[in-house]
Amino acid sequence: MATDVTTDNVEKVIFDGLVELGTERDELSREATLEDLDVDSLDLVELAQIVEDEFGVELRGDDVKDVKTVGEVIDLVVSKAA
Amino acid sequence: MSRPEGCALVTGSSRGIGAATALALAGDGWPVRINYRADEEGAREVAERIAAEGGRARVLQGDVADAADTERLLEPGEDGPVLALVNNAGLRLDNLSPQISDEDWQRVIDVNLTAAFRATRQALGPMLRARFGRIVNVASIVGIRANAGQANYAASKAGTIGFTKTVAVEVARRGITVNAVAPGLIETALTEGIADDSDLKKAIPARRVGTPEEVAACIRFLASEEASYVTGTTLTVDGGLSA
Repeated sequence: MATDVTTDNVEKVIFDGLVELGTERDELSREATLEDLDVDSLDLVELAQIVEDEFGVELRGDDVKDVKTVGEVIDLVVSKAA
Repeated sequence: MSRPEGCALVTGSSRGIGAATALALAGDGWPVRINYRADEEGAREVAERIAAEGGRARVLQGDVADAADTERLLEPGEDGPVLALVNNAGLRLDNLSPQISDEDWQRVIDVNLTAAFRATRQALGPMLRARFGRIVNVASIVGIRANAGQANYAASKAGTIGFTKTVAVEVARRGITVNAVAPGLIETALTEGIADDSDLKKAIPARRVGTPEEVAACIRFLASEEASYVTGTTLTVDGGLSA
């Protein structure tokens, strides 16, 4: 069953997902940019799959192409679920 | 390296190369989803043969040209996510180029190329998370060298080869391989009426048509863990016809 889409839940899933993708946990913050964290386009595709598995929210290429920071990813997922 | 839990989906596997592939993959321990569009009896026979040999199989009806059907075929189930995808379903509607209708052009592209793209797009999500995946697209030597009367088929198969290479490089660093096989003249329903042409046989260095099992053996290898460093390639299975 899909997890409730709250900002806290999404933040946890995104942070855990980024760690799974190789980011150091102490580098993570809402303000951190994907570029600084070395998150590439394939990582973003995988992160979108994690989000879909957890929350049932689909993120397509157009949704994420302008996203720059971790906080923006979290806000995007919350807004798509609303 | 141990293979993650998951299943194999072979589209168009009620007969011919698809059926032989389903049997071969089941022999490698994959739970197999057997897909058919119209030949339910054929699909059930394949499933029964797999069960008789101790394997696991599910029979799923679905037209790969229909996006909703494709989505359903790839949904994770009790057999896990699809971690080996064989895009095999195909058709030919041959004619000389000036006589190919828009409908026949589009239908061949839809079934042979667009359906493979959609299935691949959906399969890649779970494969990325599993850090493992095997995609094998069934192309044709007609996608490599010309055969008059098959412009639509050739375009779809050449497209399949290009698509295969591109996706392969996109996902290679996640343990996912994407390859194609390019069969030559193989004895199947799709080549009925062609396979008996003795002039054509003379043009094949092996002097005979191939069998679905000979193509399936190549797909089985490409879908295996042992083929982990083979990606983006097209393996011709044609008795030397394109050599």
